Amino acid sequence: MKIEDILQRLDAPVGVSGNEEAVRAVVKELFAPYCTEIEEDVLGNVMGWYRCGIENAPVVMVEAHQDELGLMVSGITDEGSLLFCEVGGFDPKTLPGTEVTVHCEGGDYFGVIGAKPPHLVKDSGKALAVENMAVDIGFKKEQTEKIVRVGDIITLNTGYTKLAGSAFAGRCVDDRGGLAAVVRTLELVRNYKLSCDVVAVATVQEELGLRGARTAAARLVPDAAIAIDVCHGTSPGVSDNAFPLGKGPVVSVGPNLHPKLTRQLLDRAKEEGIDVQIDVDSGDTGTDAWEIQVAGAGVPTALLSVPLRYMHANYEVGDEKDIENTARLIAAWLLTFKGGDRLCY
Amino acid sequence: MELLKKLTRCWSPSGREDNIRELIAAEMEPYVTDVYTDPMGNLICRKKGNGKRLMFAAHMDEIGFMVTNIDDKGFLRFVSVGGISAHNCVNRGVIFENGTRGVISYEKTVRDLNLDKMYIDIGAADRAEAEKKVSVGDMAGYDEDFALMGGCASAKSMDDRVGCYALIKAVQAAKTCPNDLYAVFTVQEELGLRGAKTASFNVEPDMGIAIDVSMVGDTPESAKHSLSLGKGPGVKLKDASFIIHPKAREFMLGAAKAAEIPYQLEAAAYGGTDAGAIHLSGGGVPSGTISVPTRYIHSPREVVNLADVENTVRLVTKMIETGI
Amino acid sequence: MLLKELCSLCAPSGWEDEARKFILENIPAGEVTVDTMGNVIVHKKGKGKKIMVAAHMDEVGFIVSGFTDEGFVRFKTVGGILTTVLVSKKVVLGEKKVPGIISAKAVHLQKRDEREKLIPMSELYIDIGAKNKEEAQKLLDLGDYGTFDGEYTEFGDGLVKSKALDDRVGCAVLLELMRNEYKNDMYFVFTVQEEVGLRGAMIAANRIRPDLALVIEGTTCSDVYGTKPHETVTNIGGGAVMTAMDRAAVSDREYFELIKAVAARENIPLQIKRTSMGGTDAGSIQRSGGGTKTAVLAVPCRYIHSPVSVMSKKDFDSVGRLAAAVLKELEGREL
Repeated sequence: MKIEDILQRLDAPVGVSGNEEAVRAVVKELFAPYCTEIEEDVLGNVMGWYRCGIENAPVVMVEAHQDELGLMVSGITDEGSLLFCEVGGFDPKTLPGTEVTVHCEGGDYFGVIGAKPPHLVKDSGKALAVENMAVDIGFKKEQTEKIVRVGDIITLNTGYTKLAGSAFAGRCVDDRGGLAAVVRTLELVRNYKLSCDVVAVATVQEELGLRGARTAAARLVPDAAIAIDVCHGTSPGVSDNAFPLGKGPVVSVGPNLHPKLTRQLLDRAKEEGIDVQIDVDSGDTGTDAWEIQVAGAGVPTALLSVPLRYMHANYEVGDEKDIENTARLIAAWLLTFKGGDRLCY
Repeated sequence: MELLKKLTRCWSPSGREDNIRELIAAEMEPYVTDVYTDPMGNLICRKKGNGKRLMFAAHMDEIGFMVTNIDDKGFLRFVSVGGISAHNCVNRGVIFENGTRGVISYEKTVRDLNLDKMYIDIGAADRAEAEKKVSVGDMAGYDEDFALMGGCASAKSMDDRVGCYALIKAVQAAKTCPNDLYAVFTVQEELGLRGAKTASFNVEPDMGIAIDVSMVGDTPESAKHSLSLGKGPGVKLKDASFIIHPKAREFMLGAAKAAEIPYQLEAAAYGGTDAGAIHLSGGGVPSGTISVPTRYIHSPREVVNLADVENTVRLVTKMIETGI
Repeated sequence: MLLKELCSLCAPSGWEDEARKFILENIPAGEVTVDTMGNVIVHKKGKGKKIMVAAHMDEVGFIVSGFTDEGFVRFKTVGGILTTVLVSKKVVLGEKKVPGIISAKAVHLQKRDEREKLIPMSELYIDIGAKNKEEAQKLLDLGDYGTFDGEYTEFGDGLVKSKALDDRVGCAVLLELMRNEYKNDMYFVFTVQEEVGLRGAMIAANRIRPDLALVIEGTTCSDVYGTKPHETVTNIGGGAVMTAMDRAAVSDREYFELIKAVAARENIPLQIKRTSMGGTDAGSIQRSGGGTKTAVLAVPCRYIHSPVSVMSKKDFDSVGRLAAAVLKELEGREL
């Protein structure tokens, strides 16, 4: 499948942290052609097995998170609008003037996060705080109270848009872009004889603190793991800790990542002529890799990231080539991985 | 209400839960199969059953203070045990485990106050006299007594003795119990859900429900919280520590509806309960929180509504009787 | 539906071509003139007073003002758009409708004080995905215009969300009003460049020299969370809005009372705008030539000048009915 097609499949379903049912269903469909078994744990982590056929083969976990940021109704105002809190970390500045969907028991309702008219805005230069915003669903209080309940999920109505060249904008490319790379990896290796079992994992609740990765890794304790997430792309005013789009996946190095595993990936990239960039992370990478590394008796873990501009905004901009190359790199490494003592110090 | 009074009067800051554990164990023993204390100090009360493991958790620790320095004049410097804001303890009384009483006050001005600029006065003439009563590392709790006010009650440590109360009363009242039931009274919640983490690791529950207090938004110009006093227990769907699992939501709401108990839904940006620790233990546990709406949380006078407390007992009772 | 189609058009002040083309194709009757600035003037001859009915076809939008070496598009706003509604919104630019995202630094990379501050216009830009300046320039030229991207959506209790309700509601009302027969000498005018200073109406009024004018608008409504009751300006669902005075014009007293009386008689809900902020083409028309009596009828729009302005279909209907009744009433009356 073309990355573009996988992305569009993954862009549509909503999957706000803790409420990932819809995206989970799509993930399972996308894993199905390549996996012999697909499991789901109690929190909703999806694990698809691609077996090599060798008994007691080493297990490699290739994972990305399936959840996305969202909002949750926390109250109803006298005007009939909805107060909300964040599920995951937004930039509140992106919210005024945004269209949303409120997911209620009785169905989905359209709404907008309003912005005060210019004449009422004092030019304080201050951004509006989430506590002072509300979702207008066009009903008065009595009607609203019949429709909406505290705890209902709100998502932003943005979506996949093709931009110039291989660039694209989408909702929650963090981390559906990573998931697309997982799916593409499975597709790339399926015609080859591997010496390891691959378990493709789509974790839940990453945006709330890597919660799904903790329980998934605790259950699997694989022999090696590759986490795929996003990192910041360069843009005007953003150059530190950021990487240009289209120049290949970003390979992280630092205490969170296993040096030998990372070295093998970098070597394979060189051999296969895949461009990579290197990110130096001095501690917590803020990704699932942080939890996976310390699961059970420990898991050698590597982290590949897809550069992404405007992370956690309404639209995130990435480059399809980077996702394709992430998958190519992982596939190239899987073909040569035989487990055993190759990852020992 | 006698039991709630006894529970809130008990002195037991986080890490020093011996007194409260003894008190609760005595209440629970006649009603359960097994009562034991784990290495962290959690009190685990098991009512043996054949079905799935259902765990309830209420934390028995309370916020407090720990002495870090005693000066020449006999004043004590301290740090907080758990989350205490300076404004909540200005000129309030505290009490040590040995009964030594003190007052917290501050240097210079009340403006820009923080705990570093505050001290405890135990009325000692000098260091030597102070050291006879208190040592560095000793803990103190708020010195406030339980009081009824209208349909409400105020006391120190309603957080979370009211949760303990509800759990004790519910286990005592439950007529049936289809599950292997674990009523766990956890330690060190106020320091980061620490007790619940090890307790759920040991119990390996199939479902975990925390019973704790939660902020309300019904006082003058208060921050916006969906809960009010007197409208029933809160069914918490999100806070900073967890987001509800659909099975836990179904379990809690199903019981409330079946027993026709009023309840309030709640989603918050801040706060945390033992459910945060339980749901990530092992391979993951569906978890939720029943909350008792409470005003002035982490102050020396936390206020709950008595009807809410009784409805919380009824709800937890119903959940135990229904099972999972 | 006419309003839906009108709202989907991309026509910021200074580049109203798309709206003009659509309107010209949909004029039911009359003698049509397009003047030097692009105003569309439709004359339905009659023997009575010369009456100008105006709505503006432009909307707030953007203009491309530069390209960075990395291929990002610098832009300026056309008309009054608060920077608060710009961040992270989708726009379309130029004749080819190139999609782009208005962008700013990821929240993780913002320092604490940056998080609390609004982003100044000088730090906003549009990302069209181009790799460098050359690639961007293949798609866009300096001076290309753009607008918010967004669909007309019905929701809630009879409400509509769209960009550009201000003033496609007026255009839709005019296209309907034109179908009626009148005794007076009627000029229906679709003006340009209202959002940058009521400029099209100025020259149109100079050409027509009307005796009376009626301006149909979309206006501010803030009956929403966080607004104090005395600041709401208008209410959605409260009916057509008439302006007593705004920054640009004071309504003619007699004309104002006449409209009130017509609304009462016809049982059409009417509210008087509760602020003096804002301005409409009435300001230009009132002071054209030797002066013209003007009145403004408007549809209240929440979140005006944002990509998600909201109106009530009932209010839209009230404005149309009231305008028709007023124009009829003017046939037998001298002011």
